[in-house]
Amino acid sequence: MKKLSFIMVAVFFMISASLASASTLEEVQKRDVLQCGVSTGLPGFSNPDEKGNWTGLDVDACRAVAAAVLHDANKVKFIPLTAKERFTALQSGEIDILSRNTTWTLTRDTSLGLNFTHTDYYDGQGFMVSKKLGVKSAKELDGAAICIQAGTTTELNLADYFKQNNMKYQAVVFDTSDQSVKGFEAGRCDVLTSDQSQLYGLRIKLAKPEDAVVLPEIISKEPLGPVVRQGDDGWFNIVKWSMFAMINAEEMGVTSKNVDEMKKSTDPNIRRLLGLEGIKGKGMNLSDDWAYQIIKQVGNYGEMFERNVGLGSPLKIKRGLNALWNKGGIQYAPPIR
Amino acid sequence: MATVEHPQKTAWWNNAHNRALLFQILLAIGVSVFFAFIANNTIHNLEQRGISTGFAFLKQKAGFGILQHLIPYTENDTYGRTFIVGLLNTILVSVLGIICATIIGFIVGVARLSSNWLVSKLAGIYIETFRNLPLLLQIFFWYFAVLQALPSPRNSLHIGEKFFLNIRGVYLPNPIFEQGFGWVEGAFILAVLATIILKRWASKRQEQTGEQFPVLWTATGLILILPTIAYFATGGPISWEYPVLKGFNFQGGITIIPELAALLIALSVYTASLIAEIVRSGILSVSHGQTEAAEALGLRPGKTLRLVIIPQAMRVIIPQMTSQYLNLVKNSSLATAIGYPDLVAVFAGTTLNQTGQAIEVIAMTMAVYLTISLIISYFMNWYNARSQLRER
Repeated sequence: MKKLSFIMVAVFFMISASLASASTLEEVQKRDVLQCGVSTGLPGFSNPDEKGNWTGLDVDACRAVAAAVLHDANKVKFIPLTAKERFTALQSGEIDILSRNTTWTLTRDTSLGLNFTHTDYYDGQGFMVSKKLGVKSAKELDGAAICIQAGTTTELNLADYFKQNNMKYQAVVFDTSDQSVKGFEAGRCDVLTSDQSQLYGLRIKLAKPEDAVVLPEIISKEPLGPVVRQGDDGWFNIVKWSMFAMINAEEMGVTSKNVDEMKKSTDPNIRRLLGLEGIKGKGMNLSDDWAYQIIKQVGNYGEMFERNVGLGSPLKIKRGLNALWNKGGIQYAPPIR
Repeated sequence: MATVEHPQKTAWWNNAHNRALLFQILLAIGVSVFFAFIANNTIHNLEQRGISTGFAFLKQKAGFGILQHLIPYTENDTYGRTFIVGLLNTILVSVLGIICATIIGFIVGVARLSSNWLVSKLAGIYIETFRNLPLLLQIFFWYFAVLQALPSPRNSLHIGEKFFLNIRGVYLPNPIFEQGFGWVEGAFILAVLATIILKRWASKRQEQTGEQFPVLWTATGLILILPTIAYFATGGPISWEYPVLKGFNFQGGITIIPELAALLIALSVYTASLIAEIVRSGILSVSHGQTEAAEALGLRPGKTLRLVIIPQAMRVIIPQMTSQYLNLVKNSSLATAIGYPDLVAVFAGTTLNQTGQAIEVIAMTMAVYLTISLIISYFMNWYNARSQLRER
């Protein structure tokens, strides 16, 4: 009932919100805090610690925007949302950015009144099973009970995959990923399915992580990234270029540690990135040092990745597809000039 | 010369009746304009923001699986069908919940008034425990605490090779009705008809002669024996499909999923604790003089309760029961917390999220709960009117 009433209230705001509203940038600057929709707890992407500090890749994506817009990466209010609530929260203006491991699809991009800005993590759907089942491949899962989170693309991919392979399954659908992990742990399901990155994150939440294995198959494309409301192109640009700045910074070797030294660099690319020459922040109505602030306070894309999900984190995910385009991956950002 | 005073002709707007009508019309127009404005504004806003509207999505392919469906459902069916599947699941758990809660509630309510110290204290503990804990916690308790205790499919508890209980649910044999089963059904209907006629005849006879006839026992005998005779006469036209462990899970047979069991237990146990108190208050509202009068007439305690106390207590009980039934139906939407595929979980959950049409989906969901609740209220009001005291 709580969820239902939340959506009802959000719908009400959607109805009553006035048409001529100020731009999101002005609103955020006036409020002096960025409202960022995140998950209810997913290690590596958005997860609160004991003190209520949020960490993760999705969290850092919001912090980067706050650094660019408000010059302070900590001026973010994180609003945890279930998969079901997330789009309504963004549509109704409850949040400024939705950064919640959300898959970019045609339907979502074109019929929800939302825009996906870019992909900050290239993911794919995988399966986790208990080791003692002795399953080696997803093709052996005929007849299995599968725990899954409601309102996700995974719910649809799962149906497609099992149909293609002429297999049957039972979907046990939970509201949050925490609940689906609990169901999996209790033995309600044989399999837990989700984006593979999440499975690694959820696996370390298990009482005995070593008892579960992630199967090698990836059955779908899941490009994850921040989402904004349609119709505010200025804000769309800011969110998109905040991430592009981080990717470009990694490519140029600018990090949070050396960014001050790099100001002395003569490389015109770096000078443009740090706002020392070129168009600077003008086109986005931001200050000249917008990218400098992001790199100084949050770091470049590589730093963000390693810290949250990479080898420097408990998840130990390799860069893979998420390596830069010139290092064997597909992360690529348009040039800053 | 005195002039005859004609009663002054009042203007039509000064006529009380006309004026009341005028205000009613103005109010109705005002309310309609208000809602039309909201609807128009909403549609305009949604269009402005590029959000799809309308009910066309109900015909689109859903493409996701649902754990429990009372009608045939596959991933190829439409969002419209997910609505029906969710609705039926909600109705299933609500109806079963109302029946169980009523039975448990009546038993506990009467037990609370028992002169047996232990029985009455146990009933008291039951009531005070369950009505004072949040329902959501109780649902989690029945689901996670009880579920954790059950074995895996490979180590199922079982009775013979026919009934199995494990963490995935209860597996029962599925009856398959073969040719000739119509005779058994026919015999059953015949027995029911015979019972009704018997009851009429018996009460007429009692009114005329005062003699009683053991209707209950005769009826039980009729309803049990006639179909049984038909069953054996036609050579046992039922075969059973037994659940078999294949791969990960049991296949075949009837499955009761643990989500349904947990939700049903939680709803029944919680609502029963409230119903028990209502029943107790109803019984206590009947003056003790009624019991004494019944005893003076020589009625035994069981009959006193059934013929004298309960009928009078019902006047107090029914209106409050209506509220509890309504609560139970609405509380069933907590199903979404444990993954029972009810209307809120399936339709206002997955379907809403896949289509993004929040307003349409939420409006339909609310309309459903409103309709179910109004039907229950209507029925209970009818029943209440019927069971009022007939004052002569």
